[in-house]
Amino acid sequence: MSQYILRRLMIAIPSLLGISLVLFVVLALAPGDPFSELATNPNVPPEVQAALRAKFGLDDPIYLRYLHWIAAMAHGDWGFSFVSRVDVDTLILQRLPTTLYVVGSSQLLALLIAIPVGVYAATRPYSLFDQLANTFAFIGFSLPTFFTGILFILVFSVKLDWLPFVYTSVPGSGIPWLLEMVRQAIMPVMVLGLFQAASMTRFVRSAMLDVIRLDYVTTARAKGLGQAKVIVKHVMRNAMIPVVTLIALQMPAVFGGAIVTEQIFRIPGIGSLLISSILANDTPVVMAVTFVFACLVVLFNLIADVLYGWLDPRISFR
Amino acid sequence: MTFAFIRCAICRQNGGRFQGPPQTHVSRTEGTMFDNNLRGMIDDVKDGRMDRRAFVKRMIAVGLTAPMANQILAIGGVAMAQSPNPYKPTKRGGGGPLKLLWWQGPTLLNPHFATGTKDQDGSRIFYEPLASWDVDGHLNPILAAEIPSIQNGGLSADAKQVIWKLKPGVKWHDGKPVTADDLVFNWEYASDPATAAVSIETYSGLTVEKIDDLTIRITFKKPTPFWANAFVGAYGCVIPKHLFADYKGGKSREAPNNLKPVGTGPYKFVEFKPGDLIRGEINPDYHMANRPSFDTIEMKGGGDAVSAARAVIQTGEYDFAWNIQVEDEVLQRLEKGGKGKALFAVGGDIEFIAINFTDPNTEVDGERSSIKTKHPILSDPKVRQALALLVDRDSVKKAIYGRAGRTTANYLNGPEEFVSKNTKWEFSVEKASALLEQAGWKLGSDGIREKDGKKLKLLYQTSINGPRQKTQAIVKQACQKAGIDVELKSVVASVFFSSDVANPDTYAHFYADIEMFQIPMTQPDPALHMRRYHSRNIATKENKWQGPNFPRWANKEFDAAVDAADTETDPIKRADLYIKGNDLMWQDNVMIPVMHRLAVEASSNTLRPALSGWANQTDNLQDWYRET
Repeated sequence: MSQYILRRLMIAIPSLLGISLVLFVVLALAPGDPFSELATNPNVPPEVQAALRAKFGLDDPIYLRYLHWIAAMAHGDWGFSFVSRVDVDTLILQRLPTTLYVVGSSQLLALLIAIPVGVYAATRPYSLFDQLANTFAFIGFSLPTFFTGILFILVFSVKLDWLPFVYTSVPGSGIPWLLEMVRQAIMPVMVLGLFQAASMTRFVRSAMLDVIRLDYVTTARAKGLGQAKVIVKHVMRNAMIPVVTLIALQMPAVFGGAIVTEQIFRIPGIGSLLISSILANDTPVVMAVTFVFACLVVLFNLIADVLYGWLDPRISFR
Repeated sequence: MTFAFIRCAICRQNGGRFQGPPQTHVSRTEGTMFDNNLRGMIDDVKDGRMDRRAFVKRMIAVGLTAPMANQILAIGGVAMAQSPNPYKPTKRGGGGPLKLLWWQGPTLLNPHFATGTKDQDGSRIFYEPLASWDVDGHLNPILAAEIPSIQNGGLSADAKQVIWKLKPGVKWHDGKPVTADDLVFNWEYASDPATAAVSIETYSGLTVEKIDDLTIRITFKKPTPFWANAFVGAYGCVIPKHLFADYKGGKSREAPNNLKPVGTGPYKFVEFKPGDLIRGEINPDYHMANRPSFDTIEMKGGGDAVSAARAVIQTGEYDFAWNIQVEDEVLQRLEKGGKGKALFAVGGDIEFIAINFTDPNTEVDGERSSIKTKHPILSDPKVRQALALLVDRDSVKKAIYGRAGRTTANYLNGPEEFVSKNTKWEFSVEKASALLEQAGWKLGSDGIREKDGKKLKLLYQTSINGPRQKTQAIVKQACQKAGIDVELKSVVASVFFSSDVANPDTYAHFYADIEMFQIPMTQPDPALHMRRYHSRNIATKENKWQGPNFPRWANKEFDAAVDAADTETDPIKRADLYIKGNDLMWQDNVMIPVMHRLAVEASSNTLRPALSGWANQTDNLQDWYRET
């Protein structure tokens, strides 16, 4: 087992190098300039813009810039943002808690809805409950988050005036602070969570249906086991294998943030950092965020593979 | 009329030592009477027999304008009025929190690194300049004890020296006193190329020396009639020497205080997350009485302009939102059920269509739009004139900018004294068609004009931006009616405004026939705004397209006017030179002004922000308060 993990990790190194190279080249080829804002400011002559480009190494050839970046990265130096002149790791660490909180709770919400609803719907296929669950699931994942987000804002902020639609870090501590943090996170968590829950419900339901028809389930029932025990112990455990893959592959998104939703609700997460850095052509930040994202995808794939073995002992690691 | 009286006034002030060029003492006959009256009036103001407000009113009556009249008083020896913004609170603090929404959050808090206005706005909460610009484009002293003038000895008559006096007793947020050493240090810091400060231009071409602990002398290399640049406004913010002295030059990025500002401003630093949030608390030792009014300040970033307007005007979650470039129709709808309203500040920002004087389709020495070529169509003045007639500014205002725009024929739209009254504009497809006909462009069978077998076809580029694409459509429609085939192109803003040498889609490469964008006027003086179009500044491959004269227009008369204005110390003559420059641009149709754009802000109904079209939004933050 440990050998397997070690081997997988070794394989990950060249693929991560490949990813970083592709990312860097694409970013370097993308048009734009982190100092474009200076262009129309008559107080700043264009020479200043050119001097800044030269100072930050933007005029060097691409391969040289890549080598610099990879060498620094190997030393744990993530570089600094051209726009805010702050170290990239500081920027990312600053944004991480919010993203973990908001996107993490929405994933949790999605799981809490999807698993019970999916399982229950699968036990009674084509019943009224199943039909309703299916209808809502379809509506849920057909509506993009930018639409539901704005809809929620119009209903809950503008019309009803119940919830704030600007997410900000509230100063203070204690119960009122906690309540405020929860209150302002309700809308984004709902928007993201319901969207996730919709597609996940469908997934859980079909995975359950696949397993529930198998002979061993009939055997279990024939043994006289109760419905709850059959479903939870026998069906769910096997049906969860594809669901675990899905969840594991969702995990990087928990760290990566939700670009659209973060933008709508002004959540200071990784997603909004990424989008504003892309718009500002802030290469070091974009590079770091996307690279971390790539690492997480590789890592969680590995975790999913390891979990399979635990869920289904027939799968062996070689 | 000439304004010889100004020189004479100076001679009197300096005991007649002033040696002006003799012709400036010759008044034209029609001006003499006025001069005498004026001189009398200035004396009246000086002796307190006449209210300066009355003086300004009279000047306006004879066609001058308020800022101009004030400048006359300043050079005539009357100290500039300290024109504080109206401020009601009678005690410091107690105003609760002030919540600002900047839909592009500030990304750094060192004023010398402030790339965009958002960064300047964020830094300005904590740092202060010697003086800032008020609503009318006057200087309002902040850290300065008074505004330098000839009368108080702060200005030299040859416009080469300025003496600034610091207010005594001002302290940095950490309790250390602010001294002349700090000012000298800021000059050294910003003007050092290794620091990589974006304010470098503001602090080059001059030297700063300490006279005593509270006084500095700025000496310019050449006469500089617009002296209020260094230490004034956004790039004038002063950073403390004791915290930044070790981080001058190459190490500038490492300064811990780049992220933790310690300034003199009305609010003290609490928290900063780049691109997201700035938080500050009241500075109990602030150097202005009863200010600031608010106990805490929060500047939240992110999102988009429309939802920012919504958060202030409709739901009232925030008190103030910056730069609400949203269609007026949307704003009016939000205002209906509103807790807030849109505010408009008049500055000099101009949205225009620039004409390419060179040929974008012929390559010479690896460069299109080379100055060695002439535009095959647009070098004909009649065609340019026809184009100007085809820009329906009223429709653009009505359909797009609404209250946030003013129609104009001028490139230079402010301050008042620099605005030409000699120009006019109109929209007429018939007149444009007639002009094109005269120029030899005959209507073809497909409704497109042609000449010598060539179609009248133009490529019209701009950046991707809702209002701009709409304007493009309006102009294209009118052009079609007149028989011009216009091809539209829009480029992502970050590319269009980039200085990327290799990218052909930047505004500076100008590989199109006409292009449209906005140039903001960041200070109430047209020098930088006009100097752009000097023929020595033409954008070429040789200067890596860094020359700001992107239309590649060369006009000797214009060059002469701008050069003369650069060293002209007589404000009236100087204004005349810029007006002449503007008129030359108008005659030649270098730029077709589309809209004189106003700054649009959203504010809660109870907030009383002090805004100026000549300054950044937070430049007079100490004067903001809430009406109860």
